[in-house]
Amino acid sequence: MEQRPPIPQIEDEIVEEFELFDNWEDKYEYLIDMGKKLPPLDNMHKDDEHRIRGCQSTVWMVSELRDGQIVYHADSDAMIVKGLISMLIRVLSGQTPQDIIQADLGFIDRIGMTSHLAQTRSNGLRAMIKQMKLDATAWQLKANAS
Amino acid sequence: MEGRLDIEAVRGQFPILGRSVKGRALVYLDNAATTQKPQSVIDAITGYYAGYNANIHRGIHTLAEEATAAFETTRETARAFINAASTDEIIFTRGTTEGINLVASSWGRANLQPGDEIILSTLEHHSNIVPWQMIAAEKGAVIKVVPIDDNGVFQFDAFEKLLSGRTRIVSIVHVSNALGLIHPVEAVIRAAHAKGALVLVDGAQSTVHLDIDVQSLDCDFFACSAHKCYGPTGVGILYGKRSLLEDMPPYQGGGEMIREVSFRGTTYNDLPYKFEAGTPNIADVVATRAALDFMTGLGKSAMRAHEDKLVSYASDRMREIPGLRIIGDVPGKVSVVSFVIEGIHPQDIGILLDNQGVAIRTGHHCTQPLMERLGLPGTNRASFAVYNTRGEVDALVTALEKARKMLS
Ligand SMILES: Cc1ncc(COP(=O)(O)O)c(C=O)c1O
Repeated sequence: MEQRPPIPQIEDEIVEEFELFDNWEDKYEYLIDMGKKLPPLDNMHKDDEHRIRGCQSTVWMVSELRDGQIVYHADSDAMIVKGLISMLIRVLSGQTPQDIIQADLGFIDRIGMTSHLAQTRSNGLRAMIKQMKLDATAWQLKANAS
Repeated sequence: MEGRLDIEAVRGQFPILGRSVKGRALVYLDNAATTQKPQSVIDAITGYYAGYNANIHRGIHTLAEEATAAFETTRETARAFINAASTDEIIFTRGTTEGINLVASSWGRANLQPGDEIILSTLEHHSNIVPWQMIAAEKGAVIKVVPIDDNGVFQFDAFEKLLSGRTRIVSIVHVSNALGLIHPVEAVIRAAHAKGALVLVDGAQSTVHLDIDVQSLDCDFFACSAHKCYGPTGVGILYGKRSLLEDMPPYQGGGEMIREVSFRGTTYNDLPYKFEAGTPNIADVVATRAALDFMTGLGKSAMRAHEDKLVSYASDRMREIPGLRIIGDVPGKVSVVSFVIEGIHPQDIGILLDNQGVAIRTGHHCTQPLMERLGLPGTNRASFAVYNTRGEVDALVTALEKARKMLS
């Protein structure tokens, strides 16, 4: 599998990309664009088992362990959430469980959008991050057990 | 023109309308969730705490007398506002939700038998579903649901067929919060009474827009919330017919609701205090009077005339937006325009509108059974109050156009 740069480095890249925009429209358009480019999730994974609660919209997420690294696939019925998922996947997918568990994901505050994300939305974001970290913990336990 | 309101003067009474959101003038169109508060309501709260804060009904000192008088004056104002026969029939609660829970729990516990039937409609708010489910499960009662058509319209014929000798109570929303549709509660009440069933009217959305006269409606219970009527949060009014309230057991036990307590047995206070256990929300009850006076001062028909114009102007302008569909687009509604835009999740619209200073509600509006029936994950809902303007409708439409372009 292709080696991903370390998490803080990808976070910095994303922050720099967002620094190019000085108004909310451009930031959102960029986010929406990322959402549109998110690879589709197989419909068979769009079930209750893979559903993340805590958002107004529906989010489904699946993860797998490949060569010691976790790969995430996710989708949502709402576009801005898809953009957020896409950013999270860019940062966390292909990383080791330990790095994912320890990631502080400060980029979300640094791209200057949290003030724009209504409370329910931030909660949804928190629920997604929590699920990604839970998955990482589960894979780590599984790997240690075998 | 008679009854025409000076909306700019009305707006001037609401300090919050002067603020900006994300660098733009606030356009507040989430009034069905809660309305903003006029200065008179805010002043009444601070006036109480700064001037005569005391516990009510038991003190012999001056402050306690003043606080009790102010509290009881609101009860009289509320009685007149919904035209109840007596202040004994006006119970202060925390809101519509608590009012419905009080009836379901107290009346339901004393009266429901296994196999008895409770009729609700598909359009009910969760607050008018869950309390009934809880008591039905406890008592072995059965819930029957009145269907709606694809526009959300209550099916009266189907309702009549559901009524049976086993129907004990019909609990129905007066105005739907999700769609704004007005229900034929007078006819529902007549038909239910003919079968010997009681009727609770959920007036959470209607009280601020329609003239309410519980005696001419002849409803058995009526519940509403002050915060949706320009008043403070944490206050509700529950009306019940005296004969029913007298026979109902207390809802909660504690201070205020008793006459005499001993370990041999306790006797309960008279109406309405029997249902008001503990120290109530005095400050907000006191301030509720200012909210009721605000509405009476403007006149509900004048307020309604203004809001109707906004709804029809907003509906016309929104129909021009490609892919936009109004849900519940039928005559006979108040204050609400609920809509979806083809291929766009309501949450995306809500976020992009918020960034343009426009506050609307998106989601299921606490009416999940209704959304399931309509086959929607949720809707976008703009809801209007007396202080909204045509200019704000224009701002909404501009913001929607922009959101739609960004998302497509
Ligand atoms: C129709 C309806 N019923 C009940 C409620 C519950 O009111 P509250 O939360 O004030 O108790 C609401 C509030 O949204 C409502 O719209």
